[in-house]
Amino acid sequence: MRAFVLRRLLATIPVLLVVAVLVFLVTRLTPGDPAAIIAGNSANFEQIAHIRAALGLDRPLAVQFGSWLWDVLHGDLGRSFYFKLTVAQLIGQRLGPTVALSLCTIVVSVLLAVPLGVLAAWRHGGWLDRALMGFSVLGFSVPVFVLGYVLIYVVALKLRWLPVQGYVPLADGLVPFVRHLILPSVTLSVTYIALIARVTRATVAEALGEDYVRTARAKGLPEARVLIRHALANAAVPIVTVIGIGIALLVGGVVVTESVFSIPGLGRLTVDAVLARDFPTIQGVILCFSVIYVLINLLVDLSYALFDPRIRY
Amino acid sequence: MRKSHDLTAAQQFRPRVRQAALKRLWCAALCAAAALAPGQAAAVTLRITPQSNLAILDPIWTTATVTRTHGYMIYDTLFGTDAEGQVRPQMVDTWSVSADKRLWTFTLRPGLRFSDGTPVTSADVIASLERWGQRDNMGQELFKFVARLDAVDAHTFRIRLKEPYGLVLESLGKLGANVPFIMPKRVAETPADRQIDDFTGSGPYMFKQDEWKPGALVVYVKNPYYKPRDEPPSGTAGGKRVYVDRVEWHIIADPQTQVNALISGEIDVLEQPAHEYYAMLRRDPNIRVLDNKYGAMVILRFNQLQPPFNDVRLRRAALVALSQKPFLQAQYVSSDLYRTCRSVYPCGSAYASERGMNGLLGGDFKRARSMLEQARYDGTPVVILQPTDLATISRLPLVAAQQLRFAGFKVELQSMDWQTLVSRRANRGPVAQGGWNVFLTTFNGLDLDNPVVNPALNASCGQAWVGWPCDPELERLRAQFVRATDPVDKKRIAEQVQERALEIATHAPLGEYFQPVAVRKNVTGYLNAPVYLYWNLRKR
Repeated sequence: MRAFVLRRLLATIPVLLVVAVLVFLVTRLTPGDPAAIIAGNSANFEQIAHIRAALGLDRPLAVQFGSWLWDVLHGDLGRSFYFKLTVAQLIGQRLGPTVALSLCTIVVSVLLAVPLGVLAAWRHGGWLDRALMGFSVLGFSVPVFVLGYVLIYVVALKLRWLPVQGYVPLADGLVPFVRHLILPSVTLSVTYIALIARVTRATVAEALGEDYVRTARAKGLPEARVLIRHALANAAVPIVTVIGIGIALLVGGVVVTESVFSIPGLGRLTVDAVLARDFPTIQGVILCFSVIYVLINLLVDLSYALFDPRIRY
Repeated sequence: MRKSHDLTAAQQFRPRVRQAALKRLWCAALCAAAALAPGQAAAVTLRITPQSNLAILDPIWTTATVTRTHGYMIYDTLFGTDAEGQVRPQMVDTWSVSADKRLWTFTLRPGLRFSDGTPVTSADVIASLERWGQRDNMGQELFKFVARLDAVDAHTFRIRLKEPYGLVLESLGKLGANVPFIMPKRVAETPADRQIDDFTGSGPYMFKQDEWKPGALVVYVKNPYYKPRDEPPSGTAGGKRVYVDRVEWHIIADPQTQVNALISGEIDVLEQPAHEYYAMLRRDPNIRVLDNKYGAMVILRFNQLQPPFNDVRLRRAALVALSQKPFLQAQYVSSDLYRTCRSVYPCGSAYASERGMNGLLGGDFKRARSMLEQARYDGTPVVILQPTDLATISRLPLVAAQQLRFAGFKVELQSMDWQTLVSRRANRGPVAQGGWNVFLTTFNGLDLDNPVVNPALNASCGQAWVGWPCDPELERLRAQFVRATDPVDKKRIAEQVQERALEIATHAPLGEYFQPVAVRKNVTGYLNAPVYLYWNLRKR
């Protein structure tokens, strides 16, 4: 196991290096000059050239890349062109809201989707199964921003139960923290509930047809134990995979929800940085996402051994 | 169970004592709460959503509107411009000018202090002006005439000019970016091409750097050392009094969420609601939409280096073909949010005039077509850059394309995001090598209201704003304007500048639009000015 983890961690180095090269080249090859953006609408050529030199963008591309890579290898992701902060500080500020939103969403999704999926598989073809399938289609079809606006209109503006927007850190109180996360989490959860419930339903339904489930029932085990201990446990690997991918997608893909609910997370930071051509921030955030993806994949792989004793590393 | 009449007097008394004691405790608690309440009530926080995210904190380093607003929060200026457009002393107490108009002497108001408590001195002012003069267009123009800046004493300084300059006070009191904000000498000595990192200010608020969350939250608190003038506030002039304890800028990117946050009371002021929400906001009983008499101007800019618009006859034909109203209707929807303005200066400003506009911007496609024939237009396509992500201008290029097509031009629209457009328009090369022919943009009226600040009127070839017009006659007139000291002369020359600019078709002015501020009704005292100002506000 230790050797496996070490091997996987070492394998992330070339992955991150490739990501670094790609992201550096993509940012430089995309049209858009941060110096012109910073200088403003009425700036002349000379003013833009001054800023370009101040940002070090007048140096050859290879020199810029070498200097950035050297800094990254020394743990320095660079400094934002715009904010008087390092990229690490910016990511640190934005990681909290995104992680809170992602975890909250995934917890809500798993707590609802897995039991629903198991029940739908158990009552295959019944009203619950049909309702769940209908909900899944709806969950996949309704764009996140539409659902977000509808929830804001009903729950925040009409009923005045929850705030429209914003994020309050946990340190400022549990109640405001939760109140600000409910609507965005529910909005995001719908898609993930649909996804996880469908996968759970399919894999549990398949497991319910297996011999060991028939044997368990023949032994006279209670149906709940059959469902959870025998069917769900054996169907867990694909479900865990989907949940893992879901977490990884959430961390990098909550940008629409973050915009609709004005949550200052990593997604919004990425979009703002791309629009402003803030190269160091784009590079830093994408590297951060890559690390998160790699680590989550590793955790998912390791978790297989927990659910399936046949898997050994 | 024993009934009450079975109890001894002492036993009966005890519950009463307990009740009374409880009542007293409640009273004490309520009184304590009431005693605390005034302190808590006094901590009034004003929540604002600015027009964009505050990314850069140095108002001399960038011309971004939100950074200028940040500048007005934490810095003061030597002169301000009042609601009538008059320049009035602000940090300056008295000033005089010599008979030959070459020596200007200024004395600062007594008792001025920075937000760290240190006094404001002439040395601070001189350093601030010198840094500003390196960055700002109007500052650069002023410093071409400055022979020397010197401090007479801690509160008096002088500007010695090489020759009379007609815009000394207008420059020092200018509203638009870059504003000559006064910073401590140690801060102002930061090279002009580097951003400052010390935000000690001279203005009514202090920036809370420790609470700044870029892209999310900006916090200001009242500056205890700020000494407002005695006069009532007017524009950026007069007494800048602060009646709230804390101002928070909540950065909300999504226009719908901005409006929802205002309606729900999570924010108090929304600087720039998207145009489509004004009707809804006007209907809300808790919100006031403060109509803004200061507009922003729409401009169509030609690239004069590349065909077909390197030919002045074709640029003039385009001016004949274009018509303002369809642009404004398409983009700004409601007629109370725009107005046509046949001037290169904002309508209602000191130099606004229709001189030179005869026959132009009337949508005369027939005449434009005959002008194209006379100029032997060879069908070279006009490439118009269209920013799809900028809601305030994204529809304008479509109208331009249609109007130019009606006139007989072959037109190609190229869509891109605004930042790509900003980079692309700096390309002087042919269209095939990433160049361009036309783009449209908007400017705050402040940035166009005289021949010096208006970048579209600069015709100094390679040094000019993108589009690079090159016309010695226009430059001669602009130079005359800055030397003129008599208002009548200035007006006459400004009109000549406009006439010449239209003759060579530097650009097409396409009217003005307005962006009223939306404020919740529990907030009063908002100052209607061409810039966003957050003093004088009270919140109930």
